[in-house]
Amino acid sequence: MLKEEILYEAADLKNIIHDPNVARLVINKDKIISSNIIEGIEINTESIKDGVRIRLIVKEGKIIIKPVHLCFGVTAENAVQNIEINTEIKKGASISLLAHCVFPTAKDVLHKMNAKILLREKAKYSYFEKHIHSPGGGVRVIPKTKVILEKEAKFKTEFELVKGRVGLIDMDIESKCGPDSVMEMMARISGTDDDRIIIRETGYLNGNNSKGVLTSRVAVRDNAKAEIFNKLIASGNYSRGHVDCKEIIKDNGQASAVPIVEVKNATAHITHEASIGSVDKKQLETLMSRGLDEDEATELIIQGLLN
Amino acid sequence: MDTILKTNNLTLSFNGKKILDNLSLNFREGEIHAVVGPNGAGKSTFASIVMGLEGYRKFEGDIIFKDISIKKLGVYERAKLGITMGWQEPARFEGLKIRQFMQASTKDKKEDSIVKALSILGIDYREYSERAIDKSLSGGERKKFELASIVAMQPELVILDEPDSGIDVASLDNIFSAIKHLHSNGATVILITHSLEVLKNAQYAYLLCSGTLLDEGKVSKIRKYFEGKCLSCAHKNIPLFSELEKNI
Ligand SMILES: Nc1ncnc2c1ncn2[C@@H]1O[C@H](COP(=O)(O)OP(=O)(O)O)[C@@H](O)[C@H]1O
Ligand SMILES: [Mg+2]
Repeated sequence: MLKEEILYEAADLKNIIHDPNVARLVINKDKIISSNIIEGIEINTESIKDGVRIRLIVKEGKIIIKPVHLCFGVTAENAVQNIEINTEIKKGASISLLAHCVFPTAKDVLHKMNAKILLREKAKYSYFEKHIHSPGGGVRVIPKTKVILEKEAKFKTEFELVKGRVGLIDMDIESKCGPDSVMEMMARISGTDDDRIIIRETGYLNGNNSKGVLTSRVAVRDNAKAEIFNKLIASGNYSRGHVDCKEIIKDNGQASAVPIVEVKNATAHITHEASIGSVDKKQLETLMSRGLDEDEATELIIQGLLN
Repeated sequence: MDTILKTNNLTLSFNGKKILDNLSLNFREGEIHAVVGPNGAGKSTFASIVMGLEGYRKFEGDIIFKDISIKKLGVYERAKLGITMGWQEPARFEGLKIRQFMQASTKDKKEDSIVKALSILGIDYREYSERAIDKSLSGGERKKFELASIVAMQPELVILDEPDSGIDVASLDNIFSAIKHLHSNGATVILITHSLEVLKNAQYAYLLCSGTLLDEGKVSKIRKYFEGKCLSCAHKNIPLFSELEKNI
């Protein structure tokens, strides 16, 4: 199979690759192997050491209806990939991105991502990042993202490992929320073997009436380890936030959660829930009483949590 | 008819307090039984022991299912023998879709069987299949899905702990249809209840109080307790029978 085809297949791009109405950018290590830019979007790229720098702009008032597909792949077994991506969604514009990070045969792949996202007034941005890793876990993924939400902007991001082993995921995402803006950040990861998961999610609810939710769902099995740092700081009048972290551990898995919530304004309000532990006993016994063995029941519960 | 389940002198204590005290009950194959009694009588404890739930595995006495002791078996092994239960307060599963939950429970794994089991409870599968069994469902809805999953499992013995709790009057008939369906498919049903409406579905009933058997017999006899005509009883929580009356 050609390298491109490996990526297209893994990233579910086969059907959209010939669709002129769907914007896309497909990168293998440091080379752009396919792109399509549509009306309302500007994408500029330049080569950097081991990677690509991308500048993405959605023009003022433009509503991009079909999700824009990004694919950051490495088909080599050993490689470093650096992606820098600066995004600006102009006033009143809206975009949804579906990003596939595909490292299907990785033995030692380091994928670094540095993203800056600026959402102008009333801009809407949603980003779904799906990871497809090699079964051996020879991947290190280190994404750092900074987001600024201006007045009434909406930001939503979801991170999910769809296939393969984590290896190392060390992600750090921070957002600063202006007045009446809404931010949602969600990560769902399941670790096995000696995987290591580090999630840092930070939200500053600076604007009046800004809202933010940080959600993480993590399962660790075997000797996998997860550390979740959720931080939410509310200083805007009537800002509202919620931190919700659930981690299931099995075997020798280890998990920690360090939630920090700070409220600097008497009209603001933050709630926080976290649970770490083995699978809920009642859930487990319910499924077992229907004839599932303990492993099957545990798997199903974890699958649900990561749904 | 043959006995399918027998408990021999079940005695269980928590913190030195006897919750079940020498309880010996007999359940005939294919019949609908009721276990009634006031709050705190030990009904849910009885269900938990029969199912083998964690925390309810250390007790005196024995549980005989089809002539073998199941005392040492875990929940899964008991389920494999055809024993299952419905919880008084069903579990919530974050993110688990109704489709996944039903598939896991359904004996023949066929979608037709899922659709049919849910229709007995008055639920349209297509409408709910992708929804999660989490806090977005009401307690009554979860109760119905739980009962549907039991119907789909086709058990031989099912213990339903307060099958009507959280169920509105309009849905009560769905619950009773499911009980009838289980029965007509040969299952032995044990209804745990303090409601007369539920008791009426049974053929034979046991009355518990403070973890002991106070009386047993046909429903026509046991229902008298719901009319305030209780036997004098040396047990300390006999005043709780007034609660029974409130529930009628
Ligand atoms: N796990 C437990 N630990 C301590 N006490 C318990 C436990 N389970 C039940 N009990 C006690 O046993 C008694 C019977 O409870 P239960 O079986 O739930 O009654 P019922 O279902 O008849 O209302 C109650 O006093 C209850 O507090
Ligand atoms: Mg009870």
